[in-house]
Amino acid sequence: MSLLEIADLRVSLGGSAILHGVTFDVAASGVTALLGRNGVGKTTTAKAILGLYASAGSVRFDGRELIGLPTYAVARLGIGYVPEDRGVFSALSVAENMRLAEPRDRATAAYDYVYELFPVLEQRAAQPAGTLSGGEQQMLAIGRILLRPNRLLVVDEPTKGLSPKVASEVAHALKEVARTVPILLIEQNLGVVRTMAGRSVVLDTGRVAHRGETRELLANPLLTNQLLGVSTANGVSS
Amino acid sequence: MTTLVLLTATGLGLAALYFLVASGLSLIFGLMDVLNFAHGAFVSIGGYVGWTVADHLSGTFGLVGSLLAGIAAGAAIAAATELAIIRPLYGRPLDQVLATVGLGLAIPALLQAIWGADSRTWLVPGWLAGTVDVAGAHVPTVRFLLIGIAVALLLALRLLFGRTRAGLIVRAGVEDREMVTALGIDVRRANSAVFALGGAAAGLAGVLYGLYQGSVSPGDGTSLLIFAFVVVVLGGAGSITGTAVAAIAVGLVQQYADYASASLGDESVVILLAAVLLLRRRNLQGRPA
Repeated sequence: MSLLEIADLRVSLGGSAILHGVTFDVAASGVTALLGRNGVGKTTTAKAILGLYASAGSVRFDGRELIGLPTYAVARLGIGYVPEDRGVFSALSVAENMRLAEPRDRATAAYDYVYELFPVLEQRAAQPAGTLSGGEQQMLAIGRILLRPNRLLVVDEPTKGLSPKVASEVAHALKEVARTVPILLIEQNLGVVRTMAGRSVVLDTGRVAHRGETRELLANPLLTNQLLGVSTANGVSS
Repeated sequence: MTTLVLLTATGLGLAALYFLVASGLSLIFGLMDVLNFAHGAFVSIGGYVGWTVADHLSGTFGLVGSLLAGIAAGAAIAAATELAIIRPLYGRPLDQVLATVGLGLAIPALLQAIWGADSRTWLVPGWLAGTVDVAGAHVPTVRFLLIGIAVALLLALRLLFGRTRAGLIVRAGVEDREMVTALGIDVRRANSAVFALGGAAAGLAGVLYGLYQGSVSPGDGTSLLIFAFVVVVLGGAGSITGTAVAAIAVGLVQQYADYASASLGDESVVILLAAVLLLRRRNLQGRPA
């Protein structure tokens, strides 16, 4: 069953067409990976879903059309977004970043859940977010969005630029989150994709080039080499 | 010594005016990326509305009434401008500049049509018309009113931005407006509030400038706006404390240079701006150029 249905999604930026009619679904449970080489339109797709870029075509979330809605209205429908650059407010403290994200009916249980996943956020509550390490900023970006009543998370390259140890911690936390909230995961680290995502969609030059089971994709060296530019001959690449 | 005290008090009085005008300008640009060239016109409207009230109500009652009326007029014209002119032009910076420049020219012309081109004398209450002796210097009392109100506004803004959710939204929006909306927050409401707040501060500045000069004239706001832009560039868009520090620097440098040579005051501000930009190498939003 699909929660998010994207059909013929087209986006142009600065007069150049970036997405040329992207069509795929995101399941109502688990992790769906959105893969592809750099510059094929993965982040553009994420931003178009959120309404951050003007787009044409159709993006239906639980049957409701999102195209034309302002970003805040999309977010209020329950789509949480963790952007590629993490989007933490560096001049605000960790606590203020979280306070900004919390809904009006602030739930203590949500804070407990986030602090259980990322204890460092409670320890560093008073620290300016800009002084956190890259990994801690990523934890803040994810933890902050988990305070909201999400029905879908769009997470863009959560392990980018992180050390293997921290990347593993972040991936572990996201796997935990995916037990209750479906995730559309944009990720270059195929090791993370392999452990997290049941399904994958691969973009190539603004179009969907492949859809299917992640393990089948990663088990096909020819396909991964052709679409992702990496070799997975031994079954795993990171 | 008395000259130094007098120059410093006058510089700080000017700094208070620059801060009142620049704080709104800075917040509007920081949050909305809107260079509001009509902001000076909001100052002029506040000045004339305040003067009209003071002309009808005398004494301290008239002073308080004129301050409140100036604030209300500035907020009202700013809110109307945001709603009718800025909002339809979001994402079109050139059109916003053209529209606000046009409004910035039209409003003083309208004020001139209503009240005439000549300045109108502002009669201040007796207790405000005198001087206060500071280290032998006779400092006009009105300077202290200006400084006191600017300090009060600075503290109020710091409380607003530090302690309230609305302030948090504005601070976050200055940094990354897109991400704030992605958290489910309608930034347009913050935009309207910031525009009105900036207009209120500009209207207040209009009244205080009238008290400072002892008169109002249609071009008051425009002359203050130039220095307010310099303050915004020096202080960093969206930074209230930075704006306050920059306002003090500009006010004092201008006064001291003016004393050295009557023609140096304004030029010294331009030199200060160039020096800071060359040394700091930051753009208008305080980011590396």
